[in-house]
Order: sequence, then C-alpha cells, then structure tokens
Amino acid sequence: MKRKKSTTIFIHLFLIISVILVSFPIIYAFMVSTLNVNEVYSSPPKLQFGDNMLNNYREAWQRSNMSKLLFNSAFISIVTAVGKIILSLSAAFAFVYFGDFPGKNLLFVMILITHMLPLPIRIVPTYQLMDNLGWLDTYYALTIPFFASATGVLLFKQFYMTVPESLLEASLMDGITPMRFLWSILIPLSKSNIVALFTIEFIWVWNQYLWPLVTTNSARVRVVQIGLKMLIPSDAQPEWNVIMAALIIGVIPPLLVYLTLQKSLVEGFAMQQDK
Amino acid sequence: MNSKFAKKYRFLAYLLIAPSIIIVTTFLIYPSLQSLYLSFFRSTPFGNRVIYVGFENFQRLLSSPAYWNSLTRSLVFTAVTVFISIASALILAVVTNKKIRGAKIYKSLLIWPFAFSFAFSGIIWGVLLHPNVGLMSYYIELLTTFEFNWINNGTAAFILIIIASSWRMLGYNFIFFIAALQNVSPELLEAADIDGATPVTKFWKITFPLISPITFFLLIMNTLQVFFLTFGVVDVLTQGGPARATDIVTYKLFRDAFLSMRTGYASAQSIILFVFVAVVTIIQFKYAGEKVFYQ
Repeated sequence: MKRKKSTTIFIHLFLIISVILVSFPIIYAFMVSTLNVNEVYSSPPKLQFGDNMLNNYREAWQRSNMSKLLFNSAFISIVTAVGKIILSLSAAFAFVYFGDFPGKNLLFVMILITHMLPLPIRIVPTYQLMDNLGWLDTYYALTIPFFASATGVLLFKQFYMTVPESLLEASLMDGITPMRFLWSILIPLSKSNIVALFTIEFIWVWNQYLWPLVTTNSARVRVVQIGLKMLIPSDAQPEWNVIMAALIIGVIPPLLVYLTLQKSLVEGFAMQQDK
Repeated sequence: MNSKFAKKYRFLAYLLIAPSIIIVTTFLIYPSLQSLYLSFFRSTPFGNRVIYVGFENFQRLLSSPAYWNSLTRSLVFTAVTVFISIASALILAVVTNKKIRGAKIYKSLLIWPFAFSFAFSGIIWGVLLHPNVGLMSYYIELLTTFEFNWINNGTAAFILIIIASSWRMLGYNFIFFIAALQNVSPELLEAADIDGATPVTKFWKITFPLISPITFFLLIMNTLQVFFLTFGVVDVLTQGGPARATDIVTYKLFRDAFLSMRTGYASAQSIILFVFVAVVTIIQFKYAGEKVFYQ
C-alpha cells in the first residue's frame, strides 16, 4: 500500500529528532572528554570537540588504574555469565526431560523465588555471610552468589519445551545417555538463547553497583563502576573532562558485547514470544 | 512431554539441579530469612551485642517522617520513570517498525542507552544539567529563566534522577518492544488498511492487544528495576540530598546499614521492601502467570 509522501517525511523527521535526543547525551559525554579543564568550566558551555582528548584519556587511564578496573569488571562479568548459563541450562534440562520426580515442584519454586529476593532485601545478612566466609574484597563475593538464575532456568525450560519430542524419541531409540543428549543435541540448538542470556548477564554484572560498593575496598578487586565514582571528588571541582574520558572507556566493553551480539539477542527474544 | 529418560537416571536430575539450589539457599533464601530475624533486634552502639526489641524497629520506621518521605518519593519516582520510559519506547518502536528506509539504522541508534549503567547515566545527565558546567541547564535558564540547580534545589535533583533513569530504561524497553512487534503480522495490518483503518485505530485495535503481554511484563520488570537500581544514580550524584529530596528507600537502607551500622533498623527496611516486591509479584502472577523473565 502507498503512504502519502508527507507522512513519510514526518516519520523521518520524528525519528531523526528522537535519535538525536537519545544519542545526544552520549555524544556530549564524548565531547566533554576532549576538552581541557578551562573549556569545561567556561561560560557559555561549549558544544564542540576540543584537542585535549589524548591527555584526558591518558590521565583517566592512569588516575583510575583503568587496566585493572577493566580486567576486574570483564573477569567477573564473564565468570558470572558463564556460571549462570551452565547452572540454569543444567537445571532446566533436569526439569523438562526426567518426568516427575519427588520434590520437583518444590525445587522449581525455590529457584523461581530468587525473583522476589533482590539484593536490598538481604544485603545486611549477605554482607555478614561474606565476612564470615572471608570473601569480602575478593572475586568470590562478586561472582559465586550470582550463579543461580531464575531467568535462565525459565528461558531454557521454555525453549526445551518447544523442541520437537520426536528428537528425544529417536535419540532414546539409539540408546543415548542424558548427558550426551544435552551436550550434542540440546546445547547446539540453544545457541541463540545462550547468546541472549550471555549478553544480558554480561551487561548486568558489568553495570552492577551496590554490591561491589559494599563488598570491595581495595584496588585489587575494584570494578569500573566504583573506580569511576572515585574519580569524582566530593570537596574539589571535578575534572569532568577526565571523568568523561574514563566513562567512555568504561562503557566500550558492554557496548561492544551488545553490538556484536545484538542480532542473536533480538532473535532470542523473538523466539521466546512465539510460544 | 511424554517421553523422558529412564528412572535409573533420576539421581542425575537431582545432581543437575543441585548447584542452583545450593546457591539459591545459601545466598538468597537463608540471608532473606536472616533479614527477617535481624529486624527484631537492635545492635548496641559498639555493634558487639544485639538486643531483642520485638516490633520496635518497624514501629520506629513507620512513625518516622524521614522514612515516609523516602517511601513516597521512591513510589512517585518509580511510577513516573516507568511511565515515561515505557510510553516513549513503545512509540519509538511502533514508528521504527514501519516500512521506511533506514529503519535498521534508527533502531540501532536508539538502543545504546541500554549499555550504560544507572551510575553512568547519572554522571552524564548530572553534567549535562550541572549548574556550573551544564550545557542544558545553561540553555534552560537562558530560555525560561528557571535555574535548574540540582545541587541546591530538591525538585531539580528529583527531576534529574527521573531523567537519568528514564533514559537508561528507554533502551531496555525499546529492545523488547521491537522483538514483540516482529510477531505482529503485517498481513493483518494491511487488511486493516484495505478496510480504511486509521493508524491510530490500527494501533489500538490490532498492535496494542498483540503486544499487551510484553507491555505488562515490562511494567512489572521496570517497576522492580527502577525501584532498586536507581541507587547508582543517587549515590554518584546527590547522596540522597539536597534536603533528602532524593533519599529513595534503597539509599536510606544503604546509609542505615553501612554508614550508621544500624543493622536491625536496616533489616526492618529490607522486610518492608520485600512486602513491596511481594505485592508486585502477586499482581504479576495473578494477571500474567508464568512468563519468561529478563532482569
């Protein structure tokens, strides 16, 4: 069908303005990261690129110990995402392919309940537990408590239920063992779900704030989010150009993960909504 | 599913579920029960002893104007942010879903905020609207003579955290709406065109009913996320101020637990937050049943 030309123009205009509004803060952050400190504090504020970019990024990198921050954030994000995928994939497999076994519903509800227990609801005792285990200020505290995932179990369970039953029947006829079925048939089929979950969890952990704030203290395990906060002095005039440079560096990894996996992410979501 | 693995593999099923259950019990269920337990105690000033005080923590909380301030502000803040981010994401998703040139480019330019944390979003908007260096606050003042000073003015600070959180959630919601709209059949919309339906009618009669499950799901997820994650924005920008205008419940909980070390008082706040989550969850199960969740 045909649309009026004026409508099309209007749609494009609307979208261009929206894109500018949504992207502008990011472009602005990048602009600030190229100015020198006098330009940042000049009035009226500058809407332009400066020529102090390299200095700012070098300064941000050194002052925040950026290589360590990036390593720590990447390490805990990958470990947690992979841990969640392995644990939820296995649990979902058990819930779908082994019939009814005693306690099945109770165990399922126990995993689902995690949705009702976000961190602030248990932060004091969980902190004390970390202290008792000697996990404060270690990677353990930042990864292991997050390995269980109701989201993941539900995602894989729903997906397995859409896998044709004939596949299992044929495999059973061939005398396949459960682990073999999971490893060589189900996991390859779940690829886009695995990718979707990895993306979501990686970004989620990378952007976590409250938990690293309370459980970490030393530079050894400090993550990007906290390192950036520490660049903002409470008593002096902040050097926003340096802070923005650090911010841009710190958002590149989740952005890259997201952009490279974007396609499978959307496919993974779309698939979920079919059923 | 009727076919299944033989009974002799049953131990394997338990073995596969065990790791998840161990994590959930140790780090989620057990500490949550402990929160409940601690909420009935008060720690001594040196933190070396706890005294049973019954419901005293709850009584003090619910009769404290500071806590009601936090609670009301959190609820208003959450409602406004969720509405803005869902409504704008939906409009943008519907428009980019039309058959237009460059739709893909528009889509990929609209999702980036998703990669930013609440804290990062807070820093960027805090600078854009900063009373001394901010580009936007400068022009707002120039055009309207209104001084948007979030450092001294509570209302401005409150608006700032709404903007920063809405921007971050917009990217998240947009992704889900785009995925959901892929399942709305174009034939159906074309048939409606032949019958002479206007775009507005098409949206409300065809598209919206088809994507209402995802809208409802987003409503629930956004409510929980915004309620709990805006902590990052507040901690990097306002620390609850000025004059407690941004002292949302999670920030107050953090201050009482980790700065004033009042563990019992903080745990009682945790339990009140649990009541909030429970209410939201009940609404969800009542109206939607079991659906796939994403954090």
